[in-house]
Amino acid sequence: MTALAAGSLARRPRISFRVWLTLWSLIWFGLLVFMFSGLQFAFGPLHLRTFPLDARFIGQWWLFISEGVLITLELAVVSIIGASVLAFLSALARISRVAPLNSLAGLYISLIRGTPLFLQFYFIYQGLPQFGLILSSFLSAAAALSLNYGAYMSEIFRAGIQAVSSGQTEAASALGMTPWQTMYRIVLPQAIRIVTPDIGNQFIAMQKDTALASAIALEELTGRARQAGLPRQHFFEALVIAAAWYWLLTIIFSYFQSRLEQRMAHSDR
Amino acid sequence: MPDAILAIEGLYKSFGALEVLKGIDCSVAPSEVVCIIGRSGSGKSTFLRCINFLEEPDEGVISVAGITLPAGAHTYEHRRQLIELRKRVGMVFQSFNLFPHKTVLENLIEAPLIVKKQTRAEAIALADALLHKVGLSEKRDVYPSKLSGGQSQRVAIARALAMQPKLMLFDEPTSALDPELTGEVLNVMRDLARDGMTMLVVTHELGFAREVADRVVFMDGGSIVEEGPPEQCLVNPKEARTRLFLERYLHNGQR
Repeated sequence: MTALAAGSLARRPRISFRVWLTLWSLIWFGLLVFMFSGLQFAFGPLHLRTFPLDARFIGQWWLFISEGVLITLELAVVSIIGASVLAFLSALARISRVAPLNSLAGLYISLIRGTPLFLQFYFIYQGLPQFGLILSSFLSAAAALSLNYGAYMSEIFRAGIQAVSSGQTEAASALGMTPWQTMYRIVLPQAIRIVTPDIGNQFIAMQKDTALASAIALEELTGRARQAGLPRQHFFEALVIAAAWYWLLTIIFSYFQSRLEQRMAHSDR
Repeated sequence: MPDAILAIEGLYKSFGALEVLKGIDCSVAPSEVVCIIGRSGSGKSTFLRCINFLEEPDEGVISVAGITLPAGAHTYEHRRQLIELRKRVGMVFQSFNLFPHKTVLENLIEAPLIVKKQTRAEAIALADALLHKVGLSEKRDVYPSKLSGGQSQRVAIARALAMQPKLMLFDEPTSALDPELTGEVLNVMRDLARDGMTMLVVTHELGFAREVADRVVFMDGGSIVEEGPPEQCLVNPKEARTRLFLERYLHNGQR
């Protein structure tokens, strides 16, 4: 009897916990929206004021700001490709026994990780012109993000390659495969599976770091929000529109990332 | 022995200050099955791994089926020769080392396609024949994670055979297996010996050594202490160290 009661007690909350979770998520989200509804209440002596957002401003400018999403996405995609190439090459260099290459990659990683990303944007966009090298805002931003994320992702790639057991390399070598064939045919395909979740996280992080490009005059999401909101004293509304887009994009990417991981986990089992 | 498949002269190997191999000379005739026994740490696995240069020897010369390679040579020509040597030497590892991202068939045809440049049809025909031989035809299209330990090791043997080697090295092929799974692997190896394959087997399976080996080599402290036919080496050893090893071995209740 007691065992039965305990069992049903233990089981019941587990089923409804997800429902509670969803319900409370909606409640908190509703409260967040409500906080910016501009409504005012009076409960006796207690006056409740929420922040007023200007619906007219939003209606007028949301399309202009939202168009920045395209540039944001374009920048993120170009940069993640650039970063992956740099990361892959420097990871190989860091593993190699060729001293000049290995140390060069070490210097690159140390230098980039030792300086702020924001500074790197300025270096490329406003520092290089001093020596006659002038890049557009987009190219500067793509270069800065690629260099920066390349350095961080290099360590991810390296760890992924080294996580493939040495037995794999030995088996391939024993079969007569050259070091390159072993890397290309045996180690890398396994390493890519290992690093996919981390690379996905880097892409999601980078998609938000593109906002820094607004400081070098790129008209992406944040840049457009500032352009629309600041002079009209409705910066808050403009930022809310931009934030909503970043948030939405992150949710979408996270969803596809988990789908991709599931598929990869499936294919070799 | 001029017609030896494998000839090793003066093999030395150290890991840092630790001298693991202290001058090994050994030759193996075609179709000969040699079992190497000894305590762990006696250098028997390192010896095996030096033969196909998975461990780079410090000194010595190794010849396999007409390919001769000295230790410590790194020219382009030597690297090419090393590939030629490895094509002739199959190796089976304790931990199988199958490629987990490839199916059983893909594991078998990988090296024939990439290293020997066989056509796909040739490679698949040979792979199917080998899978039949090790009794795993029905596992052709599954991934290694779906195989038991014994099945994995049989696939690993087939993968090594797919390169049509002149010599097979076995590095404790049953040590990672549950006792009830060692039999199926030993059976495959027994068949292979009967078919005339030249084999060098590092093993703790003294029963197998006694039944299948033409010669048993006892290693201790990085040297070959005693070698001879199994009846001599395993039943009536001349050397005190061999006797001590066998006594301890039987005492520990291992087969």
